[in-house]
Amino acid sequence: MTFLYQVINGLQVGSIYALVALGYSMVYGIVNLINFAHGDIIMVGAYCAWLAMMKWGAPPWISILFAIAFCTVLGMTIEKVAYKPLRKSPRISLLITAIGVSLFLENLAQLVFTANPQRFPTIVTLPSIQLGSRQLSATTIMTIVVSVFFMVVLSFLVNKTKMGKAMRAASEDEATAQLMGINVNHTISFTFAIGSALAAVGAILYCSAYTQLSPLMGVMLGLKAFVAAVLGGIGSIPGAMIGGLVIGLAESLTKGYISSQLADGVVFGILIVVLLIKPTGLMGRSMNEKV
Amino acid sequence: MTPILDVANLGIDFGGLQALDDFNIQVYNNEIVGLIGPNGAGKTTVFNLLTSVYQPSRGSIALEGKKTKGKNTYQVTQSGIARTFQNIRLFKDISVLDNVMVAMHNGMSYTLAEAVLRLPSYWKQEAAARRTAMDLLAVFDMQGVADAKAGSLPYGAQRRLEIARALATHPKVLLLDEPAAGMNPSETAELMTTIRSIRDRFNIAIILIEHDMSLVMGICERILVLNYGLVIAQGTPEEIRNNPLVVEAYLGKKDSDGKKGIQAS
Repeated sequence: MTFLYQVINGLQVGSIYALVALGYSMVYGIVNLINFAHGDIIMVGAYCAWLAMMKWGAPPWISILFAIAFCTVLGMTIEKVAYKPLRKSPRISLLITAIGVSLFLENLAQLVFTANPQRFPTIVTLPSIQLGSRQLSATTIMTIVVSVFFMVVLSFLVNKTKMGKAMRAASEDEATAQLMGINVNHTISFTFAIGSALAAVGAILYCSAYTQLSPLMGVMLGLKAFVAAVLGGIGSIPGAMIGGLVIGLAESLTKGYISSQLADGVVFGILIVVLLIKPTGLMGRSMNEKV
Repeated sequence: MTPILDVANLGIDFGGLQALDDFNIQVYNNEIVGLIGPNGAGKTTVFNLLTSVYQPSRGSIALEGKKTKGKNTYQVTQSGIARTFQNIRLFKDISVLDNVMVAMHNGMSYTLAEAVLRLPSYWKQEAAARRTAMDLLAVFDMQGVADAKAGSLPYGAQRRLEIARALATHPKVLLLDEPAAGMNPSETAELMTTIRSIRDRFNIAIILIEHDMSLVMGICERILVLNYGLVIAQGTPEEIRNNPLVVEAYLGKKDSDGKKGIQAS
């Protein structure tokens, strides 16, 4: 039973990593950028929901919609203002800009909300489930269900709609996609919007699980989701999902059977091993540089 | 009759190099025009200008009377110019069918919300696009490989898929950049039939760049010869074959009797 319990906990945190990793992977696929500000978009999403519920007294579902909408607009704005002017610059400029945006958001949040952590209210008040001698909270189940739902919607969007086809085409060959009549600027904007919306969902699930939020909460969560994206093969959408779940399980099982303090070490150890053995990740496409 | 495509005094410089200058052409509906010339003559540059991949330094391009200057590549494609590439540029990791459907992007008008909620508008448009795409693949005898990854197709089939994909954007003018490159003589002969039937079936104008003289001489009604960024000759295949300037551009000097010209291989 303990094992099952740890696995379910792993799936909970893993599905949050997966949602966040999707944002890294989709953006990397289309503009070849590791968007280091992505983790901080999660933090912004968390504060949006918190503000709406605790300060303005809005009901949870309105607060959630507000957080998603705000993050979507924020993601698109960051792309327009910070990344789009650099699209033809060397990739390192883009990367440095992403780190800059990340630091900006973190410090802005500390200025506005102070560095003190805040308590996140409970959204779902359902009874927990008894699993042998352990309690399995409703939040855990909800997190897994909601994440799976959004991943299914995203898979449908990417595989079965014209927007998804435009995304895949632009990520493979931007110039040719344009020659197919695709407005690549819109497609990139759309990708940032989807990634940021998923980050907001991840934020709410994360805060529901850990019941607190702080201006730097996105740093570690973002890094782990980044490891998940690399493990799955950055640029690959199914890869991000699988990578997220594997990282979540690794972390949870380490906590359960070895030591809580080792959990982060194992996660980043996985990153090192992946980069040494299979840098393209589990499902990444091989890197053939165009000549 | 007004031309579908009207190009006047087109020119572009790359730094100090005049890659193309004083390029004029009027293309009428249902015409097949050939663009030939030695390597580096500026043929692909013409295609890049026509599709707004480059913006011209001089001159104008008008499609059905509307200037394309300042338009983006995707807007030019939407208004009716499609192309294929010298080196095949399919979306290799996605399926044959999806390659064609990507090009039909603009024919579909459903919104994100309609797609996520799977409203009838989404189903209808996707189903219609799928049917049209399958019909197009059938023209090229490729309906059997619709679900295969584009990159897994044999070379000849990839070339045909590129043409099918270009046609899916509903072009008025189709630009083919060396469609017969790497094909053997029997494949080339088959391609000639295909190009003719495309023209008749879709009622479009075709401009093609080609080094294979049997193909150019066999299907083009009109040929332009470029050398060092300038048009040095234009006319019917017969006229081009016997034009001493063209012979000189290709062979460096005239034959001793000055009459022989380019042989169709």
